[in-house]
Amino acid sequence: MADAKAKIALELNGEPVEVAFAPHKTLLEVLREDLGLTGTKHGCELGECGTCTVLVDGTPVLSCLVLGLACAGHRVKTVEGMAERGTLHPLQEAFAELAAAQCGYCTPAFLLAAEALLATDPSPTRDDIKQALSGNLCRCTGYIKIYEAVELAAARMRGEDAKPAPETLYGVR
Amino acid sequence: MASGKKPTGFRVVGKAHRKVDATAKVTGVTRFADDLFLPRMLFAKLLRSPHPHARIVSIDTSKAAGLPGVKAVLVGKDLPIPFGILPVSQDEHALALDKVRFVGDPVAAVAATTEEAATEALDLIAVEYEVLRAFPDALDAVEHPEPAIHDYADAGNIHKLIHLEFGDVDAGLAEADVVREDLFFFEGNTHLPMEQHAAVADWSPPPDGKLTLWSATQTPHYVHRALAKVLELPAARIRVIACPNGGAFGGKSDPFSHEIVVAKLAMMTGRPVKITLTREEVFYCHRGRHPTLMWVKTGVKKDGAITGMHFKSLLDGGGYGSYGVASTYYTGALQTVTYHVPRYKFQGARAFTNNPPCGPKRGHGTPQPRFALEVHLDKIAEQLGMDPAELRLKHLVPPNSLTANWLRIGTMGLGPCIEKVVRGSGWKQKFKQLPYGKGIGLACSSYITGAGLPIYWNAMPHSGVQLKCDRGGGVTVFCGSTEIGQGSDSILATIVAEVLGLHPFDVAVVTGDTDLTPVDLGSYSSRVTLMTGNAAIQAAERARDVIALHAAKKLETPSERIAFAEGRVFDVQEPARGLTFAEAVQLAEAAEGTVGTVGSYTPAPSAAKYRGSGVGPSPAYSYSACVAEVDVDPATGIVRVPKIWIAHDVGRAINAATVMGQIEGSVYMGLGEALMEEMAYRGNRNVVHKIPSLLEYKSPTTLEMCDVVTYVVEDPDPNGPFGAKECGQGPLLPVPPAVANAVYDAVGVRIDEVPITPEKVFKALRRKEKGEAPRFGPAAFPDIAWPEPTRVPPPWEGGDGRAVALTPGASPGSPGTGIPGLAPGVSSAPGVSRR
Repeated sequence: MADAKAKIALELNGEPVEVAFAPHKTLLEVLREDLGLTGTKHGCELGECGTCTVLVDGTPVLSCLVLGLACAGHRVKTVEGMAERGTLHPLQEAFAELAAAQCGYCTPAFLLAAEALLATDPSPTRDDIKQALSGNLCRCTGYIKIYEAVELAAARMRGEDAKPAPETLYGVR
Repeated sequence: MASGKKPTGFRVVGKAHRKVDATAKVTGVTRFADDLFLPRMLFAKLLRSPHPHARIVSIDTSKAAGLPGVKAVLVGKDLPIPFGILPVSQDEHALALDKVRFVGDPVAAVAATTEEAATEALDLIAVEYEVLRAFPDALDAVEHPEPAIHDYADAGNIHKLIHLEFGDVDAGLAEADVVREDLFFFEGNTHLPMEQHAAVADWSPPPDGKLTLWSATQTPHYVHRALAKVLELPAARIRVIACPNGGAFGGKSDPFSHEIVVAKLAMMTGRPVKITLTREEVFYCHRGRHPTLMWVKTGVKKDGAITGMHFKSLLDGGGYGSYGVASTYYTGALQTVTYHVPRYKFQGARAFTNNPPCGPKRGHGTPQPRFALEVHLDKIAEQLGMDPAELRLKHLVPPNSLTANWLRIGTMGLGPCIEKVVRGSGWKQKFKQLPYGKGIGLACSSYITGAGLPIYWNAMPHSGVQLKCDRGGGVTVFCGSTEIGQGSDSILATIVAEVLGLHPFDVAVVTGDTDLTPVDLGSYSSRVTLMTGNAAIQAAERARDVIALHAAKKLETPSERIAFAEGRVFDVQEPARGLTFAEAVQLAEAAEGTVGTVGSYTPAPSAAKYRGSGVGPSPAYSYSACVAEVDVDPATGIVRVPKIWIAHDVGRAINAATVMGQIEGSVYMGLGEALMEEMAYRGNRNVVHKIPSLLEYKSPTTLEMCDVVTYVVEDPDPNGPFGAKECGQGPLLPVPPAVANAVYDAVGVRIDEVPITPEKVFKALRRKEKGEAPRFGPAAFPDIAWPEPTRVPPPWEGGDGRAVALTPGASPGSPGTGIPGLAPGVSSAPGVSRR
């Protein structure tokens, strides 16, 4: 508690940042408390729910299990870094369009985990998506709209003029 | 009221819309309670009881108070006034006064400059306990009235006893061709919202004397009431702001210890104070599904027509009252609203135990009896040699009718729901025809669209809306409702936009703030779309009328010819002649001053007028039908559910996209309850929670979640806004029994208990192999000394919804006090007879 603050430099959402914090703090705490980026959430702070997922050098990590100090010199991406110049990322767009974000609390984590998936596999199958998102819990959606949003975003990122299926939004007639 | 007035031609209603808060949620901008950081803010922590049942002998906080960074320490005597969500169960204290009643019961609190200092201070608080005998479950509590967990109860450790009889059930059973009895158990489970509870309090000292509380709550109005009571502050000096909830499912609908504690700590220190519960603490807060033991006896004719039903339930309430009296009534209230039950008898008991308190979870008290009833009917269908879908379809409750217990049914879309899932799933080609290990099961359900009566009985509206029309063309809608992820903010915007011819994004929404918004009772009982929706329609129509009046003058046309669409106000017969909405508002504002209107909604009085009839009545009932397909591995007992077909009668979808999300989310939660979710305790009198973590409390991940085929059935109900009924809770209900019925179809064993774990399936299969009853489930229902029944003749026996005295000396119940929150309870001769 009386620790002297540690100072590190990292790349945060594409920009160089320096931040000082108590050295015992996790990346989650540094992001939320010292950098003011509260878009990263927490559900357990024990590495069980995936809610605090961020990308470090493009890989999804549980920010509650990573020390802030360990991120010195690394690239960290949070949900705040997904939209560019006022335009939503295709995943954000699709999540909004399909109401894949209900309470929205787990959403930042799902978005980043999905972004990491699509960076390595632009055409994932439904099973690939399930596997890639299996470390993230959502209690609202039953995951279905999340899968559909990832598929929609993936198609658009491949350049397809994709629209949601009517049964996605209205059910089977 | 305009509800259901225009069945067609909607511009906004019924389409799939992006939610008004969708962008904030996908960009991480939404501010949840723990995202608030105020200057000079302190952090609070609660010391919780390590004992399930103990008397507090002494508490020494002196060491903790002296720790550097600690600014205040609180104990029970600092907040001696009791509270609780129901008027009849004011049995909680912000911090235990003299007794603790479950492991995790809050005992003391600390505010410090850092969370670490607050945590360290907790270790320095010395509490001396005198440990008392603990009660690990309801059966134990029923058998042992001493030591009493509370100093109030209907009998010993039985918190509540209910006995209602609608017609002569014995006579009904005597008319039956087949009478069947079954026992079921539904294990407790918890809401598990991804967001842990959090609250921030701020105090402006006298002469303001004003407290502000931001909280992850579904019910800011009830938190407001509890704070005023416990802190002895005028309600006008308290502002409660419900932050968007990161999931709730009923778990954030009680006023909580931590909310009162941070408020008091802010008042003591003059600084903002925040508390965020750990995940482990969220398990202690609980208020989840009551573990419920059930017995049901039903008589049927050869064609499946029910002649009488007798239902008993025993609920494990945990350490406090919470919503439990209402929960207990709910375990007996809705058996009558799906299939015609001419005579019905219900006996319900809720025991106090030393588990974390149970309360309302999605479906509140009705998933347990629905599980029992739907599996029971599956067995009856088999006994009669009938197809379970046919049996149900033949005996549906008619629309626009009264049930035996005087619930008023409006629209009733269960028939089309059953037909859709039967056809979609290929039921007729699969039922009893799949290879061993594969099975298919069907179940149905119904749920209330809002409780017909408020928790605190009064004559005021259940929901209020204010509307402000801006001369710039925007509209702001103010309502006390609370966005918990279900999309209620979007419902308000959509409805106002529909009436005023705007786009939902033209409507600003201000909700859940007791200073800014008129009271809405909260996001519980699936009430918000119907109640706030009707209030919003009224406010918006009043604004439309004012604006139309002045637009008509300007356009020199009769005001009844004025239409609102696409941001314009125009002559419907000459659409080119018109104004922008902003110009029309300006005309109205110039003529009349600021354009603001109000709307409110109060449900119509219930037909039921007996004591205990406060639970069950609703302006409208939703209906669901579900078919589940399962794969059962006979070698391990593992049940996998590849696919579920669900049809839900929503009356009318206001926002099609959020309706789909609510239905799919309900199926998910029902699947978790069916297969794996359980609040389990070490029952060795320590009553310690076995698994207070997200890893060990099993909930479905992407790998367990099934495919879902959803059918939205729209049968507009005259009581709903544009015909809408609920969809956020009802579709959960049929899932556990459909899975259980499918397991039977797959391997021929009855699992009369949820969750349906591999162990239970395996045991039942072993029993089957040995020639024993191929079943896993409870073996007996305890003898309980029920009070004399409240006897209410069903409508078809000439009653008027009131109780009658049939036997000399029996309590007739008192007409007009149908509010369980106020009724002192039916307890003329309570007691427990040991078996």
